[in-house]
Amino acid sequence: MFDLDKWQEIFITISKNKLRTFLTVFGIGWGIFMIIILLGAGKGLQNGVERDFSAWATNSGFFWSERTTISYAGFRPGRNVTFTNEDTEILRKKINGLSYLAPRNRLRGAGNNVIYNNKTGSFSVYGDFPGYSKIQLVDIAAGRFINDKDISDERKVAVIGRNIKDVLFEDEDPTGKYIKVNGINFLVVGLFDSRRTGEQADRDTQTIYLPFTTFQKAFNYGNRVGWYAYSVKPGYKVSEVEEAIIANLIKRHSIHPLDLDAIGSNNLEEEFAEISGLFTGINVFTWFVGISTLLAGVIGVSNIMLIIVKERTKEIGIRKALGATPGSIISLIIQESIFLTAIGGYVALVIGVAIIEFLAGVVPDDGFMGPPEVDIKVAAGALGLLIVGGALAGILPAKKAASVSPIEAIRVE
Amino acid sequence: MIKLEGIQKSYGLGKQKLHVLKGLDITIDKGEFVSIMGSSGSGKSTLLNILGILDKYDDGNYFLADTLIKNLSEKKAAYYRNRFLGFVFQSFNLLAFKNATENVALPLYYQKVSRRKRNDIALEYLDMVGLKDWATHMPSELSGGQKQRVAIARALISDPKVILADEPTGALDTKTSYDVMEIFKRVNDAGKTIVVVTHEHDIAAMTKRNIVLKDGFVVDEIMKSSELEVGSIES
Repeated sequence: MFDLDKWQEIFITISKNKLRTFLTVFGIGWGIFMIIILLGAGKGLQNGVERDFSAWATNSGFFWSERTTISYAGFRPGRNVTFTNEDTEILRKKINGLSYLAPRNRLRGAGNNVIYNNKTGSFSVYGDFPGYSKIQLVDIAAGRFINDKDISDERKVAVIGRNIKDVLFEDEDPTGKYIKVNGINFLVVGLFDSRRTGEQADRDTQTIYLPFTTFQKAFNYGNRVGWYAYSVKPGYKVSEVEEAIIANLIKRHSIHPLDLDAIGSNNLEEEFAEISGLFTGINVFTWFVGISTLLAGVIGVSNIMLIIVKERTKEIGIRKALGATPGSIISLIIQESIFLTAIGGYVALVIGVAIIEFLAGVVPDDGFMGPPEVDIKVAAGALGLLIVGGALAGILPAKKAASVSPIEAIRVE
Repeated sequence: MIKLEGIQKSYGLGKQKLHVLKGLDITIDKGEFVSIMGSSGSGKSTLLNILGILDKYDDGNYFLADTLIKNLSEKKAAYYRNRFLGFVFQSFNLLAFKNATENVALPLYYQKVSRRKRNDIALEYLDMVGLKDWATHMPSELSGGQKQRVAIARALISDPKVILADEPTGALDTKTSYDVMEIFKRVNDAGKTIVVVTHEHDIAAMTKRNIVLKDGFVVDEIMKSSELEVGSIES
């Protein structure tokens, strides 16, 4: 219920001591401000990292061959392990939970390897299966990605990145044109954009995808496979599938079971989980710092309210002599306390959110940090916390006020 | 209206114990205009605190409007102070940040009367004490006499059974004191019971019955109106 008299009294007390009120409110505000800024910055960091991950399916991983380090089955250590098309077929058959298994090859050699008309450039050239687009996620801007027909017919087609289009084709439409890769003509059938931004995006789009089968044949790779990318079906853990794959490969390539260095692997799920854990830690720390600061502010408000009660002893005595119940005095003090904390908190919340929003506008979206961000639920939670804090801050002073004797009214100074 | 039976009150503990009221018996009927006199230390302040339900007593019984006022909870005490009593203080005790009307209306605020209604009523009572034109003035803009008249209006607004005045003229000059007593007299003529605590003889002389306290006992009683019965004397 809105009680004008109560509010009138609160405003009068507050305005009587402007500096003190300001400092008190500032104490609370600072706590909220810290929480908002820290959480916003943490969220920015998280956005940055998640953006880096956005180009990858997080239920995926890679594995590649290395040299053996332990002699086994008559082989010396230091032998190169080589994957072949046979591995692809067997793994696809034997490993449960594989969603896509994408064998890959990368064109070796440096220098300008790609030509269109009279323009040349040095780009990364990969042989890939259609499934790879489900692991490294790209946005097709024109045309299409490699398809199954490209693979089975060993078509000489290419999907190129935005950066290549910019360098070789400038404003021309690249689809339907031929480019020369190491002297062999490929028909451009698709153009893709990266999901990342800035330099990362440039790197991502300096890439040409060719059909895996065409690649092997055109560049004399025989049946060799450079490395594999894979993703797992829902309900499977990447780490478990990874183990099954490596166990299978170790057996068939005559690698010592304990030779963990012979096959390298990388698991995005684990990395992602580690980083998520890190951010949970940052959040916990932020709330700890914020709540501690807030607590200091609440104690400040409590202190000020105690002084106010002391100053108003006579007035409270008069009110009690006129029939004020302890309850009405308590609610007056607690309301004032909540009001002070809420004002301080709300103003700080608005300023904090404004700063975060401003930063989100100016922070470039390609560095380590992503745009900072404030969760509206977090803001609401912080406000709720304030109301509780304000009430707590008011309890002690209110009890003190309620215990003032009405005899105070009669006492003559 | 007021009936005190063997009221005892002491302060402190053990050897330091100070026995202030040593078994007071006082009866004040409806419509009386009584002054309580006594020098410092006579117990009149303690008596006032007890009459005003501001303090508890150790022994005896205190009936106010046939209600036993004993061992009340804070809330109950606040209720009876609000409904049964109207206070007038020596230092006026107006709230500095409220204007005359709001000060007068304050007891009704604690009866949960709506703002508009209680301000309307407050205006009537201000008119009664001759301060209608000062309704929106703040206490700091009023003279001592005017402040005390606002305080009287405030004491009357809840239509209490008894008006308790503690040295109501203590901070006023003689002429203003007499003006204030004139208002009390008018209020009493309208049937209200009034108890004035004072140490000034001329003020006491303007009431209809004097009760003189000394060392916690009633030592003297002067009745000035034949229509009133003689109250109990000493214990």
